[in-house]
Formats: sequence, structure tokens, C-alpha cells
Amino acid sequence: MSARVEITLTVNGERVTRHVEARRHLIDFLRLDLGLTGSHAGCEHGVCGACTVRVDGEIVRGCLVVAASLDGAEVTTIEGLTDSGEAADLQEAFVARNAAQCGFCTPGMVMTAADILRHHPGATRAEIREHLSGNYCRCTGYQAIVDAVEQTLAARKEGAA
Amino acid sequence: MNEMSPASIGLSRADLPNSYIGRSVPRPNVPKLVQGRAAYTDDVTLPRLAHAAFLRSPHAHARIVSVNAEAARRVPGVIRVFTGQDLAEVCDPWVATLDHLKGIKSAPQHPLPLERATWQGEAVVAVVADSRAAAEDGVAALDVTFEPLPAQTDMETARAPGAVVIHTQLGDNLVFTRTATSGDVDAAFAAAHKVVEATFVTARHTGVTLEPRSIIADFNRADGTLTVHHSTQAPHMMQGVFARQLRMREGDVRVICKDVGGSFGIKVHVYPDEVAVATMARILGRPVKFVADRFESFVSDIHARDHRIKGRIAVDAEGKILGFDIDDLTGIGPYSVYPRTSAVEGNQVVNLCGGPYDFSNYRCTTTVVLQNKTPTCQYRAVGHPIATAVTEGLVDLAAEALGMDPIDIRRRNLMRDDAYPCTSPAGMRFEGLSHHASLDKLLAMVPVARIRADQAEGRARGIYRGLGFASFIELTNPSPFMYGIGGARISAQDGCTVRMDPDGSVVALSGVTEQGQGTEAILAQIVAHGVGVPVERVKIVTGDTQTTPYGGGTWACRGAGIGGEAALQGAIALKAQILEVAGAMLQARPGTLDIVMGEVVDRASGTPRMPLGELGRIVYFRGDTLPRELQRELVQTRHFITKEFPFAFTNGIQASWVEVDTATGMVKLLEHWCVEDCGRVINPLLVDEQVRGGIVQGLGGALYEHCVYDAQGNLLTTTMADYLVPMSAEMPDMHVGHVETPTRESLLGAKGAGEAGTAGAPAALMNAINDALRPLGARVTEMPFTPARILRALGAI
Repeated sequence: MSARVEITLTVNGERVTRHVEARRHLIDFLRLDLGLTGSHAGCEHGVCGACTVRVDGEIVRGCLVVAASLDGAEVTTIEGLTDSGEAADLQEAFVARNAAQCGFCTPGMVMTAADILRHHPGATRAEIREHLSGNYCRCTGYQAIVDAVEQTLAARKEGAA
Repeated sequence: MNEMSPASIGLSRADLPNSYIGRSVPRPNVPKLVQGRAAYTDDVTLPRLAHAAFLRSPHAHARIVSVNAEAARRVPGVIRVFTGQDLAEVCDPWVATLDHLKGIKSAPQHPLPLERATWQGEAVVAVVADSRAAAEDGVAALDVTFEPLPAQTDMETARAPGAVVIHTQLGDNLVFTRTATSGDVDAAFAAAHKVVEATFVTARHTGVTLEPRSIIADFNRADGTLTVHHSTQAPHMMQGVFARQLRMREGDVRVICKDVGGSFGIKVHVYPDEVAVATMARILGRPVKFVADRFESFVSDIHARDHRIKGRIAVDAEGKILGFDIDDLTGIGPYSVYPRTSAVEGNQVVNLCGGPYDFSNYRCTTTVVLQNKTPTCQYRAVGHPIATAVTEGLVDLAAEALGMDPIDIRRRNLMRDDAYPCTSPAGMRFEGLSHHASLDKLLAMVPVARIRADQAEGRARGIYRGLGFASFIELTNPSPFMYGIGGARISAQDGCTVRMDPDGSVVALSGVTEQGQGTEAILAQIVAHGVGVPVERVKIVTGDTQTTPYGGGTWACRGAGIGGEAALQGAIALKAQILEVAGAMLQARPGTLDIVMGEVVDRASGTPRMPLGELGRIVYFRGDTLPRELQRELVQTRHFITKEFPFAFTNGIQASWVEVDTATGMVKLLEHWCVEDCGRVINPLLVDEQVRGGIVQGLGGALYEHCVYDAQGNLLTTTMADYLVPMSAEMPDMHVGHVETPTRESLLGAKGAGEAGTAGAPAALMNAINDALRPLGARVTEMPFTPARILRALGAI
């Protein structure tokens, strides 16, 4: 349990080196070791999606990835996504549409929605609902979130045309 | 009630866009949420912070024979191990009863039990360490010997001979029973044209707040103060609880509640493990943090809605409802939960059944019993989904027996919109409801003819779709008649302090709290309107007992109606004070001045006279230039409590359109509608999505959610892969409409909106499923409506 592993990785564009316990999962590494509290631990068994972050370009569950396995990886959290401005229009749409209530799911929801923007720019409303189905929200009826993603996709399409 | 009227202060739709009331202003809290900059309790760290983990009972009922902590204490990082006896030396037990619930009884509850564990998952021993991981290592090293005892799990046998009496000093397992009667039920049923009956089961489920229960308690021996960072709905109530249980003064306890990741009633109760954390901090003299993991949430957050209800309805040949006769039974776990008690849900069933209808003969009994399962207590829309499912299920059964359309029977029996004020057969007083206007509005939204044509066409092809309706009432803005009258120190009043700072900014401190509903957003709108400043100039402060006026917090849909009115009155008082000062400075009568968008103006012409920033500069830095005797308190506090009605009832109606796959038993939600009347709508954007969220929570309870126990009292659904919650793919698009019947108890006229969706959705869905199954002679009344239950109803399995 006390075995420690040295890892060097890039988190939100910054190079970090830490000795981590072998059992430390990514979400605890981000929150406790790096102070990146934007990502949340909701269920710690990979169902709720509150800990969704990006590792090497793909979204993962921070609670199902062991930090020790991330030597050399590139990790982006909600803080990094925000700083980069990559999803600023999506975040503005969330605000305009009130697509967040308590907000505990929101960073994970935004990370997943940003993944739709990157990989599925032509997603239909039903496909948006399907893609967001790994992220649990207890407060909204999901409708405002789906609306915000749909509006962002449409606006980007219009901007590109 | 007040010289001012809603019209005189510009509170009407006609004043748009000059008023912030009724406008879809985006919530100022949302940018921090989407950027990951919120601050939940687990995000708080303190110097010397220690972490608690609990050993929880593996048995539903067991004697604690011995606790050997030798090995645990040797685990690296472990600071101390606490048993129930250790904590009982500094923390007093509590008993959750209320004087106005006649005959209610429960047993004393300690932070950790002294002799017996009475549900599987009850915290028994605590380990405090320098990290949560080390504390869990310590728990794993504990050697606790339990002697399993027979468990009483079935509520149906809780009072039968041979039942395990969970607390022998209580004599039996009966917590509370109450019967409400009105009219002559037996005669009405004997003379009825038709009597139909059914047994309904609402499944035990739980809130599943995405942020688990979280607390940090920090006792400072130097000044004798306890500071608690707590994810809670009711900071002032918890301040009192910690003070009383730990034998401290309220002034020495401060509760700070930052962002809260969902509550739904889950976070308004006193949890033994949280009191244990405060007690351990008191003993250790350093901060202790506890955040429940998901397993702990499922076994220790309150459960709810574990009811079996037998109901009968009597109707005449024209479809007039003659009476309801209802018998409700609920099991609440081994303790009534402090301080609201666990008898209120059953009591609400008695209060609310038949609520939307005009009828004369009523009998409803609730029986509340103990059992060895997780304690139950108030969860969003307390009792409403149960009462609505029973009432609306029976109304649909009566319509079927009479060959009447479900819309027609409701039109025939819903309380007339001009019948108010009036009192229901259950004794509830209604100030003003709008059942018929709501039904009209719903029928303007739901394409009933097209749906019925689609339904008929589908049936011909073996596709079974159904449309279901559910009218409902909802209890909001509770007065002291809810809890205070029974002796609970739960505040029904709330306060707001509104002040102007030197640059003209306005800060409002409120006793109600924010858990995502948008409380702070609507308070900002109300204060901006009341003072006359742009909404972005208003900052709202909530969730700190040291700075906010004493209040009850946010529960039972009181944030807008009670907290909002206090904010409005405080804002109006501040405006009057500002104009008093402005009048002296401008040598004008205050009555000839007004404040518009942050500027003092001439009321008649609208000519700008002075920006508030200039007035603030003079008042705060050059007070020497003002008349000596001039009052210049640019801070005003007002408190509000309802006085005329015990509760502000709201009403509404929902419709659900579903497809049932008769081969698999799966239910597909196609579309959902809700019209509700929460009085004055302050922010439609917020209300609509809150109603949708409530609907989804109701649909979840009716379709998926179930705390499943085995016969020995082991909870089998302790992960989110076992306890299913609604995700976006299964949920339909939902249409929300409003009728506005403002309460006349306040200037603002707002009632609650947060529970309407949850109150009506399960009943509308049940009626829709049964409408789909009707041609096949099948019917379901036991929630959740799982594929297995639907296939059993169809005789397929």
C-alpha cells in the first residue's frame, strides 16, 4: 500500500513530477496532490462521470485510472479546458441556457460535451443524449444541457459555413 | 396586509422589461460552475486537517460484543479510534419526536451506537487519521465482534405477534398512526354507483445527491469555538443542533455552507456520522473531515417513500367522486430521524390524498413502523408522489369502470377555480388554486387528438402506447405549523440584510441557502428590483451563520416565497433610506425621487439627479457635510413569516406519453408535459428547468430507482450500477407551462416550484403505462415499473 511510483506528466500544459502511491487514482491525484478541485469524485466506481477528464486526447473516468500509469501522459482538466478557451462557446451556452444547477456534475458534463464538439460535430439531439449518458445529473432534467450542446454545435456549423 | 400592493411596486408582467421580476436572467453562479471554480465542502482544506472513516455494521441488527482497536492504532497515519462510549462522554443523544404528532415515539440516538447496531451500514466505530486512505486502512485493521440478532425487515409484520421489537423500551414497533376522517365514508361507499380499489407500492428510494454528504468540523480550544463547513440546506438549524448536542452556546458555533452539490431534502437532517465528526473535532481540538463515499451514501443517506397503500374510491353514475378510503403503511428504519421526524411523510399522505378534488367523504390512515433498514425521512416532495399516485391511480380506475375519459372525470371533479379560499376534506386550507385553468393550459399544449389517433393506429400494429394524466397539489412556504409548533427548533421565518456600499454596489445577506435551485439568482433579481439597481450590481451572501440573518434555510419550497419576500422588504426599506438621504442632499422631498438602474432620478420626469456611487461617497467619507440629525443607515434588515395560511399550496397537472414494449417490458418515455402554478414566477428559465429536474426525479423513482433488501436486511443496491438513476438518453423532452396565482400573503406573491415535477410525474407515468396496457387487460401499481413487473402483469412470465 505504501509503494510509491515516480511519474512525470503534463497537466493542463504544465509539466509535473510527483511520487504517488501505487493505489492513488487520477481524480485523487488531481484534487489532492495538484489542487485541481474542478473535477469531482461522485461515485468512485466509474458510473457517474463527475470525474471526467481528458488523457492523451480522449475522455476518461478519473476514478478508474491509476495515476501511476500516467508517466508521460498529457492530462487536461476543466481548469485547462477553460484556460485554453477551446470550449468557451459551449460554456457560455451552458450559462445562457441554465444548463447547471448544483454544478457538481458540470465540469465532467462540459468535458464530455467538449468531446462531442471535437469528435462528433454532426451529432443529432438523440446522439447528444446518448453521448452524455455516462454523466449523471440529478438536478436538471438534462434538457437544458442537451439544448446547450445542440446550440453550440449549430452555431459552430453556421460559423464554419 | 400591506399599504404597498404588487401593482404599486411594479410587480407585473406589464412592467417588463423594466422589472427583473419575471425575467429569464442567467444565473450569476453558473460561470464558476462551468469553469470548475465552485467551492464544495470537500474542496476546503485546513491546517492540521484530519480525516474520518467509519466501520459500518455488516448486520441489520447485531449486538456490539467487543471493539479491539490495537492493530488499527498501529496503522501509519492513524491518530485515534473512537467508539460510541467515547463520544457519548461529550455528546448527548437526541430523540426525534414532535409534540403535534400525537403519540409519536422513537428511541434515543447517539452519534455512534453504544450497544447495538440497528441497520446494515450504521456507523459503529470511527477512525481518524492524517488522510482518508490511512483512516480506511485503520478501519480495515479494526477487530469488531458482532453478535447478529434477528432483524425486523418487513413492515407488514412489524406489529404482528412474534415481531422483533427493535427498541424494547418502546414496547412495540409502532412510531405513529393517524386517521383523518370527514363526512360519512361507509355510507358514501355503500350508496355508490361504483367502488374500485387497488393496492399501490411506492418503492424505497434515496436522493443520490451527486456531491455526497460532506463535513469539516474544527474545534478551536483557544477560543472555545466550533466552526463547521457543511454541505447542508439549513446552516442555522445545524448550528443549534451542534451547540445543543455538544453542550455549547449557539454563539460559539459557526456553520459555513459553501457550494452544495445537490440536496433534495437529503441534506436537511441530522446524521449520526456527521455529529460524530463534530464530536471528534471537539475532543481532538483540530479539524476533522468526512465525505461519504458512494457506498456510505446508499446505506446512510436517508431513504424515503417505502409505502404500501390500499385505496378505494367511490363514484356516482355521473362520475362524481363521492369519497376516498385509504390505508397507508410505511417502514422508516430503526429510528425516527432528527429533528423533522420520520412520521411526516406518512402524515403528508393523509394530508394530501384526494387533494385536487371536490368531494365530501374521506378516510385516510397512516401507520408508521420501525424496521432494521436505513432510516427514512423527508426527501423531495415529501409524501406528494405517494398521495398523487394513489389519488390519480384511483381516479383513472374509476374512469375506466365508468367508461369515462380520464380528462372528463378530472374536469368533472377538480376543485373549481372560484371555490377559494376553502378547506379540503383532509383539513388543508387552500388560499387559491387553478386546477381548471391548468388543465386548460395543458390541453392547449398536449395534442390529445393526434396522440389518440396515433395510439389507435399503433395498437392495430401491435404497438402499445399510452397517455396518462395526473393533477396534483404541492405544499410550499411552510409556517411554524409544520415543525415549530411541535417543539422543533426549525425556523419558518427568514431574514435578509440589504446594504449599499460606497460605490453604489448592493450586498444582500440571506438566511435561505443555495443548492443549485438559483436561490441567489432570484434574490439578486428581487433586490435589484426593490432597490432600483442593475442586477449585476447585487451580490448575494448565503450559508454562513455568523453573517446572515437567522433563518430556516432552503427546504419545502420556501426559498423564493419566504426568503424572497424578506429580500424584497429589505430592499424596499433600503431604497426608502437611500431616498431619505438623497432628498437631504438634493433638497427635494424623498417622495419626488426614485432610483432607476443605480441612479437617483426625479420621479416625475425621470431626469437623473445623482448616481448611487456619489451618494455612497458622501455618506461614507464626507458624512460631515450631511445634516447632523439625518439617518444614514444604508443597511436594512427585514424578516418575513407567513401568518394567514399554514402553507401556501400550489397546484398543477402533468401528462406523460409512453410506449411499452410488450415483448421486453421496457417503457420508453416519448414526451412529457407539466403545467404548474407556483404563484409569481421570478425567473422562468430557472423555474422551467427546476420543474424538469423534478419530473426526472419522479420518473426515476417510478421506473428505475429501488433500494432493494434481502430478507436479512442487507442492502443489495449499494453502487450506481445497481441503483439505477435516469440518464439523458432515457429521458424525454419535457414541455413546461405556467398559470400564475400569486399568494396574497406577500408582496412578491411567490410560492414554491421545486417539488411540483416530482409530485406528479410518477402518477402521470403510471397512468400512461396502464393506458398502454389496458387493451391487454394488464395493470401495474407497484413501483418501480421494471420490465419484470410489466411482463408479469402481462402474464408473459
